[in-house]
Amino acid sequence: MSARIASDADRRRRWLVTPEGVALPFVLASRGARAAALLIDLFLIGAAMVVTSLALLWLAQGVGLNLSDKGPAGHALQGLAVLWFLAMFLFRNAWFLAFELGPRGSTPGKRLAGIRVAARDGGRLTTEAVIARNLLRDVELFMPLVFLGGAMASGGDTDLAAWAGLGWFALFVCMPFINKDGLRCGDMIAGTWVVEAQTRKLRRPLALRPAAQAAPVATYRFGAEELAVYGEYELQALERVLHEDRAETLAEVAATICGKIGWSVGAEDHRPFLEAYYIQLRAHLEHGMRFGRRKADKFA
Amino acid sequence: MSVLGERLAGLLGRGALEQAPDVAQAVLRSDRFRLEREGDWKRLERIVAEIERGRLRKVSDEDLLALPALYRMAASSLSIARETSLDEDLAVWLESLTRRAWFVVYGPRAGLWRWLRGFLGGGWGAAVRGLGPDILIALAVMVAGTLVGWLLVASDPNWYYALAPSGDERVPGASRAVLERTLFGNADEPALSVFAAMLFSNNAQVSILAFALGFAFGVPTLLLLLHNTAMLGALLWLYHGQGLTFELVGWLSVHGTTELFAILLAGAAGLHVGRAMAFPGEVAVLDAAAVAGRRAALVMTGVVLMLIVAALLEAFARQLLDATAPRLIVGGFMLVFWIGYLFVWRRGR
Repeated sequence: MSARIASDADRRRRWLVTPEGVALPFVLASRGARAAALLIDLFLIGAAMVVTSLALLWLAQGVGLNLSDKGPAGHALQGLAVLWFLAMFLFRNAWFLAFELGPRGSTPGKRLAGIRVAARDGGRLTTEAVIARNLLRDVELFMPLVFLGGAMASGGDTDLAAWAGLGWFALFVCMPFINKDGLRCGDMIAGTWVVEAQTRKLRRPLALRPAAQAAPVATYRFGAEELAVYGEYELQALERVLHEDRAETLAEVAATICGKIGWSVGAEDHRPFLEAYYIQLRAHLEHGMRFGRRKADKFA
Repeated sequence: MSVLGERLAGLLGRGALEQAPDVAQAVLRSDRFRLEREGDWKRLERIVAEIERGRLRKVSDEDLLALPALYRMAASSLSIARETSLDEDLAVWLESLTRRAWFVVYGPRAGLWRWLRGFLGGGWGAAVRGLGPDILIALAVMVAGTLVGWLLVASDPNWYYALAPSGDERVPGASRAVLERTLFGNADEPALSVFAAMLFSNNAQVSILAFALGFAFGVPTLLLLLHNTAMLGALLWLYHGQGLTFELVGWLSVHGTTELFAILLAGAAGLHVGRAMAFPGEVAVLDAAAVAGRRAALVMTGVVLMLIVAALLEAFARQLLDATAPRLIVGGFMLVFWIGYLFVWRRGR
């Protein structure tokens, strides 16, 4: 039990100290989740670009204009063209910025993937940091695509320079895979990283004593040496078993504990027995904590 | 054990919202701690959840004002719970609540306009001055690039085709009349505004590239600066051959003072990041890169603004001012304006 195998989430866990001095665990977003978020965002950007272009084209056709027209109609068309250029520029460069600076702090893709950007030092995520991390996206993402497109268009006789360029950009693209925090270049120069944004529900405390259930639980009384066999690790395992509330597991755990402390309980009494043992074990261990004595697990 | 609950029957928790269990039911001291505070935690969770869903407007002013205090309370509760309680479910939940609240409390400031005001009112200039020697390095590289371009083409005009964009009538051997026509008399050209928008998005993309390439220790930024200014040098040589240097300078200066300044700043920002990574000094490489990167990002935002101005000048002012003298005046004025705004004017001094 003492040598627990580190799970994937444990390996991605990092501790940050908030400005209040509280250490908070963060789980770094997996590369898969980030790739998924990026793909969703790219798809949305592409869709937005297409829709905008079509809408402007439709407008232009609706007015029925051509560029050689010098009158007000020509000006209207020019206005539409300017709008198009600006919209394309903004979609390409401002999409990530606008969403990550907003109150929700993440793009639609990130939100769907359940991840978000945070400052690496535990302090405030500044506007400058968000701008910096998104400016680099251009070399990491769009430039390699342009290069790749160029290489494809020129067919087989791609020259050495193009290959060198491609290799160069491949380095940028592969950056998240060659450092342990999964930082991309933009994260490096902005001092940010991407973490999971999990939420969870608080369950009802186990050690409450609603009037109806109080009687059976209160009938069990354990002595100090009966409580001394387990530590915090076992207590928390028991807590999870009680929250899950599956009959087979309860029976199994109850049998194990009974074997250890030399008791025996009937089948229908498993849960009250375990609840009583949980409450009293916790009271015992917490009492020890208040006096600075902690017992990590049953081997301690 | 069972006595504890009754003894505490009188001690009701504050803010017993959301049918929170009665504190009197608590058997354990750590549960009492939890039940007494659960109302406040739940309130914080409600506020944070609303903000996460993007419904900031549904959060009352009262709740928003209470948010930082609630966050700090949750953080301190977490510290206490870690020391006194073995309720794992509670500890993990408090961690997640504190983390969510931390995202909100220490997230980016919502007011983009307020940030922009601070940026224009001194933040930009301070960031530019913070680049320090990198501006001088970039300037030296640009001057060198222009010279190299000129000298290359002067020694062998074939270099011109390698440096300048192809498919143009501005080639070595072009007559004075042809070259002059490219500088003057385009005032009635249509689609000026379209031209401006195109110029802007093109230039902005180039400068973002110049900055982003700084990541590789600044070397690609230098190359990009060299290449672009070598083109300028080649163009100068071409017009000089026909005695049109002065006219070309006028033609370029209208927007060029702004645009070249912007490219200079973009290159310097890229170099700044590259230099910080190559020579981080006393701090860790990543920390040095982060400090430099944030400053450079401010500069780059300004560069994009400058390029908008440059594109407007290029498309309108240059075509409308069809003589060299007014062009030089506008260009010179812009140069003085940028230097004054970015380097001389300081807030609160």
